[in-house]
Amino acid sequence: MTIKTSNAGVTVIKKLFSRHETFVFLAIVIFGLIITVVNPDFLTLENVFDLLKSYALMGTFAVGMLFVLISGGIDISFTAIATITGYVIAVLLLQNGEQLNIVSVFAIAGGVGVLLGIINALIIYYFNIPSIITTIATLNIYYGLLTVISKGKWLYGFPAWFGQYTQMYVFKFTAANGTSYGLSVITAFWFVLMLIAWFVLRYTVLGRSIYAMGGNSASAKRAGFNLLRLNLFVYGFMGLMAGFGSVIQALLVQTVAPNSLVGKELDVVAAVVLGGASLTGGTGSVLGTFLGVVLIAIMGNGLTLMRVPAFWYKVVIGTVILISVGASAYRRKVSARRRTIIEVE
Amino acid sequence: MEPFLSLSNVSKHYAGVTALKQVDFEINPGEIHCLVGENGSGKSTLIKIISGTVHPDPGAEIKIAGEVVHGAQAIDAIHKGIQIIYQDLSLFPNLTVAENIALSQVVASRSHVVRWKTLDRIAREAMARIKVHLPLDALVGEISLAEQQLVAICRAFTSDVRLLIMDEPTASLTRKEVDALLSVVQEMQARDIATIFVSHKLDEVLRVADRVTVLRDGHKVGTYPSGELNDEKLTQLMTGKTVTYVPYTPPQSPETQEPVLEVRDLSKRGYFKNVSFQLYPGEIVGLTGLLGSGRTELALALFGVHQPDSGETLFKGRPVRFRSILEAMRNGLGYVPEDRLTQGLVMNQAVGKNITLTILDSLRNSAKLLDPRKVQESIQRWVKDLAIKVPSVESPVQTLSGGNQQRVVLAKWIATNPKVLILDGPTIGIDIAAKFAIHEIIRELAHRGLAILLISDEIPEVLQNTNRLLVMHKGYVAGEFVSSQTSVKDVQELIDHQDQ
Amino acid sequence: MERKYSEFLVLFFILLGVIGLMWLLNGSTFMSLNNFRSMAFQLPELGILSMAMMIAMLTSGINLSIIATANLAGIIMALILTQTIPPEATGPGGIGLVILAILAGLLVAAAIGLLNGFLIAHLEISPILATLGTMILVSGLALAITKGYVVSGFPPAMRAIGNSTILGLPVPILIFAAGAVILSVILQRTSLGARIYMLGSNPLACFYSGVNNPRVLMSTYLISGLYSGVAAIVMISRFNSAKADYGESYLLLTVLVSVLGGVSAAGGFGRVSGLILGLIILQIISNGLNLMGVNTFLTVALWGMVLIAVMVLQFLLNRYKEKRRSI
Repeated sequence: MTIKTSNAGVTVIKKLFSRHETFVFLAIVIFGLIITVVNPDFLTLENVFDLLKSYALMGTFAVGMLFVLISGGIDISFTAIATITGYVIAVLLLQNGEQLNIVSVFAIAGGVGVLLGIINALIIYYFNIPSIITTIATLNIYYGLLTVISKGKWLYGFPAWFGQYTQMYVFKFTAANGTSYGLSVITAFWFVLMLIAWFVLRYTVLGRSIYAMGGNSASAKRAGFNLLRLNLFVYGFMGLMAGFGSVIQALLVQTVAPNSLVGKELDVVAAVVLGGASLTGGTGSVLGTFLGVVLIAIMGNGLTLMRVPAFWYKVVIGTVILISVGASAYRRKVSARRRTIIEVE
Repeated sequence: MEPFLSLSNVSKHYAGVTALKQVDFEINPGEIHCLVGENGSGKSTLIKIISGTVHPDPGAEIKIAGEVVHGAQAIDAIHKGIQIIYQDLSLFPNLTVAENIALSQVVASRSHVVRWKTLDRIAREAMARIKVHLPLDALVGEISLAEQQLVAICRAFTSDVRLLIMDEPTASLTRKEVDALLSVVQEMQARDIATIFVSHKLDEVLRVADRVTVLRDGHKVGTYPSGELNDEKLTQLMTGKTVTYVPYTPPQSPETQEPVLEVRDLSKRGYFKNVSFQLYPGEIVGLTGLLGSGRTELALALFGVHQPDSGETLFKGRPVRFRSILEAMRNGLGYVPEDRLTQGLVMNQAVGKNITLTILDSLRNSAKLLDPRKVQESIQRWVKDLAIKVPSVESPVQTLSGGNQQRVVLAKWIATNPKVLILDGPTIGIDIAAKFAIHEIIRELAHRGLAILLISDEIPEVLQNTNRLLVMHKGYVAGEFVSSQTSVKDVQELIDHQDQ
Repeated sequence: MERKYSEFLVLFFILLGVIGLMWLLNGSTFMSLNNFRSMAFQLPELGILSMAMMIAMLTSGINLSIIATANLAGIIMALILTQTIPPEATGPGGIGLVILAILAGLLVAAAIGLLNGFLIAHLEISPILATLGTMILVSGLALAITKGYVVSGFPPAMRAIGNSTILGLPVPILIFAAGAVILSVILQRTSLGARIYMLGSNPLACFYSGVNNPRVLMSTYLISGLYSGVAAIVMISRFNSAKADYGESYLLLTVLVSVLGGVSAAGGFGRVSGLILGLIILQIISNGLNLMGVNTFLTVALWGMVLIAVMVLQFLLNRYKEKRRSI
């Protein structure tokens, strides 16, 4: 009896350590401990809620990117898409802001984003152009045209109702010094998106088909999956998340600027990859992606709290990415070697 | 008995090329029917027509279960109970066994939500139908090839299958696994499910089939009960030629010479153990055994890919230990790998570039730059020497026929002027006529004084083209034969005996 | 034979067409000596960086870190160049210092190249990821070293590299030409070059043919790093300064130039001559649009469209060829 339970315990641990998420989680704990030792302000509810709010933007983009990476592609045009959708809603808010509400703003931004994402999907599917090249191109097309049309102007001065969501909380605490903090509705929105994404990826035929396509697209075609529809969904969904992200960005900073997002696309790819998704497709999870975003968030925040100059932020992120992908590449190599050994009596 | 499927007068023309001409074909419920023919004989077109992915020319009649079908689509074929297992299995390595088995069924049922319990149930039912057991939660990329094969079969069994078409199902299986597969096929036979086997391995064809249909150049040569056929007859039907083999004899008797390669007690944990043999100039020594017997692993160890743990390798009497392919190459060893398409050739690059890939450093001038004249001369020389038929040496290798592609691989290695050449399955997937030509080249090379180690699954092939034969089993050399005094049966019996 | 020359000819005719079009649209301002000189000063940076990208693409990889590498190498050079050392100790115009700075910069660029090579060749990390990581790391280092400031004020000998001419030809274009000749020789006339093409198409077959794949990849990314370092020399000498985020918009353009010049995105195909034609076409269009007063961002959008158009054209051409072959 005792042997049995300890065996079960061993397999659970083994299973845990075969998962990439475990390592990311451990990295988060270790970094968290170091930062807390240096500056106890890190591990306060106030700081944690603050971080979750300000990284909701990256987190939302990351959810979309996760789908694209699982399908075997990559999309770096989403920042340009988000810039366009941001402009569209900003212009609408400034012109007839009183007739809009938060739902219609999200719907409009999402709808435009889906359209732009679908353009990516059509190019990739019909002309068989690598997704990285396609989206490098569309990134420039979307961003270039937008900047020409918008003349690079910053837009601000949105209606008051639009500003209030920044200070809206699902639940709230009041600190000893009188400031209040809590779970922002923006964070909650990101969490809901992740829940939906998790459900879609794990419990729908659509989600499993995306994994299948990323694992082996030739087989997926033979097995009767509609690859065009899957591509449309994946890149359309990335566009949707880009649109939602642009609204979150507008809510957070109450300004829409043409150059606030473009250039950050690879940071999002890095977060999702840190979370265990591979660029060859077929792997990745919502939990891992969340942990990847959290890891990047606490590193950025931790460096500030430890009074490391902001210039070092990228150095740390770059190093962590290289160590992380290096370690998982090494693990893959070792397990592949183990598998090839055959049995000899 | 009424046939489950019958096709009559099926023809197919593609842009001026005749792929099939007035072929009739039928298969009864519960029958195991083999379809054989060389590459380009029309086998795959016939299968595509049966599965509904290709439409025959007008005038054809297709009946499934007595019903005439018109303009069948792939999905109709599935509804009528026809399933295909492709050679590459078409599985998803990143998904679980249960998902691989059940997912297409769930997609077909047009449901949107995946219930993992349902997936498990569908998978379990399919496994029960053919009496196999597989770990449902394991990722398909992490189970063995044989288990993957079973996953593909189980997937076919998630629907009510009446006819199962297997394209080269045993290509990557060990003997034991082939036996397991065949028992599954027999299980199916008992349930009145018809099976079409497409195979290159003639002995296997004869072992399992009730009837054999032979295609050649798009025509049907005939359908024969397998009892009426033997290996030789089948070859003749497929090629339209009678070929008689003269056993290979080395130009000089080996005993009068020094061995060029000698292996003493070579072992590598998990791969092979206590392997000893000698190879003399001018010899062709066969090396056979099941997949997984350690023969390819032994070859790779000789070639410097892995390092043996213990034992000695002597090359021209001198102890050697090759730490890389390059070192083995420089010492006069060549290795033609098993898989021509991915390991042997760079398919989309030019013939000339492929031939010179192994000898680039010797084509340089005193300034260490490639000398275009030397490069061209060398390419021309080997194209001529091996009679490679190619429109231009700048043509990509993928535009050549299988036989000519294999000549390019051989050319690449002969260009290095090797003393020992290891050929791993040099005729896999090549037409019989081209196969004979490759055998001729191998004999010619040995006659020039090269020592050749010929690795192959096909026992007849190794017996007919070698002077000695080594049989490997589970990492050991289980036996050695003089080829001219040995029959296929002798070798088969040794292997079967070891297997028990 | 056919394939190489037909693609080159197509590019050549496009080039003639583009020149004709720009002449028509801009008249004598386009065809003036001055205009060509200004193009000749702008083109080399992008050209050298494109070669750094091209060689990685030939092995079916990509190098996202080229701009970051160029910037860090440039900053290292700039830091040495702005040291206050008595002028008499450094030769006329500070030549001694300039040589030292350039060597140090190239060393840094080579080290980054080797790091990329190590990650890709030995750890088998996909090139996009590996070079993405080094890009973030290296640009972070550049930022951390300079704290975001511009490092400027070089000795005359350094400024001369970017702004003077020899026999009427700007020095940068001479450096570019030398780089192009060297890369062309490496690719067409050395065993390394032949192996790079073959490895780009099928690394496994190369392995079984005795090619030391890790070494080929290490050399590839080393060369890619070195070319980024050379681009840094041209870049900082022209601006008389170095900064952590110069030339960030070049990354897309280097991919565009390579693809336009016939480098296959899947690896294994592409020549320096094609790349140069692609580069000139791009430079002429951009110059012509600039003369016409077209918004630079519209040009950016146009590059995206050209990139897609070229890829679509390649796709259609391949499909046509395959169809012909199968008949």
